[in-house]
Amino acid sequence: MSRLVTDTMIVAERNLVRLTRAPDLLLAFTVQPVMFVLLFVYVFGGAIVVPDFYEDYTAFLLPGIIVQNIAFGGFVTALGLNEDLHKGLIDRFRSLPMARAAVLAGRTLADVATNTLSVLVLLVTGLIIGFSFNASIVEILVGLGLLLLFGYAFSWVFALLGLIVSSPEAANSLGFIAVFPLTFISSAFVPVESMPAALQWFAQINPFTIVVDAMRALWVGAPAGNSIWEAFVWSIALIAVFAPLAVAKYRRAAGN
Amino acid sequence: MTTKATDRAGVDPGERDGLAGSEAAIKVSGLTKSFGQVRALDGVDLEVAPGTVLGLLGPNGAGKTTAVRVMTTLLKPDAGEVRVAGLDVVHDAAKLRERIGLAGQYAAIDENLTGQENLVMVGRLYGMTRAAATTRATELLVRFELTDAAKRPAKTYSGGMRRRLDLGAALVAKPPVLFLDEPTTGLDPRSRLSVWTTIEELVAEGRTVLLSTQYLDEADRLADTIVVIDKGRVIARGTPDELKDRVGGERLEVRLTDVAQAPVAARTLAPISDEPPVVELDAVKLTVRRRSGIIVEAVRRLDEAGVGVDDIALRRPTLDDVFLALTGHAAEEPDGEQEEAA
Repeated sequence: MSRLVTDTMIVAERNLVRLTRAPDLLLAFTVQPVMFVLLFVYVFGGAIVVPDFYEDYTAFLLPGIIVQNIAFGGFVTALGLNEDLHKGLIDRFRSLPMARAAVLAGRTLADVATNTLSVLVLLVTGLIIGFSFNASIVEILVGLGLLLLFGYAFSWVFALLGLIVSSPEAANSLGFIAVFPLTFISSAFVPVESMPAALQWFAQINPFTIVVDAMRALWVGAPAGNSIWEAFVWSIALIAVFAPLAVAKYRRAAGN
Repeated sequence: MTTKATDRAGVDPGERDGLAGSEAAIKVSGLTKSFGQVRALDGVDLEVAPGTVLGLLGPNGAGKTTAVRVMTTLLKPDAGEVRVAGLDVVHDAAKLRERIGLAGQYAAIDENLTGQENLVMVGRLYGMTRAAATTRATELLVRFELTDAAKRPAKTYSGGMRRRLDLGAALVAKPPVLFLDEPTTGLDPRSRLSVWTTIEELVAEGRTVLLSTQYLDEADRLADTIVVIDKGRVIARGTPDELKDRVGGERLEVRLTDVAQAPVAARTLAPISDEPPVVELDAVKLTVRRRSGIIVEAVRRLDEAGVGVDDIALRRPTLDDVFLALTGHAAEEPDGEQEEAA
């Protein structure tokens, strides 16, 4: 077990070090989400009618867009693992006497660090354009914890994707096809009530809606319902399903 | 070459104990592995004595990479027994990984890390402390003449430098058994030669090396014994000299000015050929033992028969000739690629 922890930390360190050598990826974590926040608030914001509870669209949007952003954070994992697979690095790792799960655990752990960075960037952006918390310190921290946990869960989904697809390009397009509708057909950007009936039905059972609602409850004091504990359950369930699947796939990874 | 001295210790004495006695460093019997309908390995047997080099020779798709992947615990065999350094690849996989080094067809290094960071990472994943891994990385960087580039990201390295770094990574834990899967494929001649020299040094240190290659000259230079595989089966084995004897001598290739004269040329040259001459496009090919005057004699015979000669050349047997002689088909077959991709 201690070997798993040590090896996981070594792999996480590797992924964070290499990130500093690829500044374009770092841009994806910082500039791109800020751009999206500004576009949504100032382009769409005026046209979207939010429930009376919210002071303005920024208060409604920020928790939603942070959730969307953190789900995409795991993309680096899909791309990175697929690259490692093609360059023979996975073969090298698998020929070493290291803990079997460490390559994936280290990779997803590195995502937690980058996700933390992009959440902070988004939060600062939000505060600058007028977002304000309506919450206690504990609620704010629980919200942060939920975000990172949900992001971590998606890193495992992306880890599996990265090991299955044939190329980084395929990972990219498949990932977008899977995650974009999930995030848009949710309460993240517009109130669910404004959608056609069929989409409303989907949006209501969509885990993104649940996590976004939980974040709004925790950060701006919106009515919570069951969303907070359901959001944690969803995150843990995703990890429980996708982590073993990804590790099993890794053990049989074909490489080149 | 004082730079090489740092690693002269070579194989740890402790590691070597595992190979004590007369036990083979690698022993494979009845190895079978299929991918769906494709039988990549079909009952392969081979044995490598400690401290020797076995050349696993075969065309693309012959099953070389699959065999190496099984021997290095990356793939589970369907049937057969594979023991490396006295350990079973299936049951003792975890322990075996501490005793083998693998350098694959593609330099398996992280291009965004520096050469040094790559080696330190591998060392730590072998369970070394950061300090021990750093010391070992420095030794290897010196040995492979990468000291100047040690702090540069590996993406700035040339193909030869990458391959050397990859070899360095395979040597981090001073493994007694080394697997090199096509270590010079895609390298320029100079880098190739430098990799060959390195492999020779590794063997001099007492390591056992299994080397897969498509190149006969590479196996000829480095291997003590050669196993030729084709379509997942061993089709020949022996020392390089034995193998060349089986293939026959050198090749005399005659290009004709008039293709229509090929049958006449073949008949004319039959008496001086070891095997019936082969007609290919505008050329007639025959197997001959090198002897002085062979070219002159061939030209004289053809001249007397009134056959016009465009070009005539004597050349050493190539992998193609080995395959042609052993299997009756050329080494490169278009359908041979699927195994490597599997």
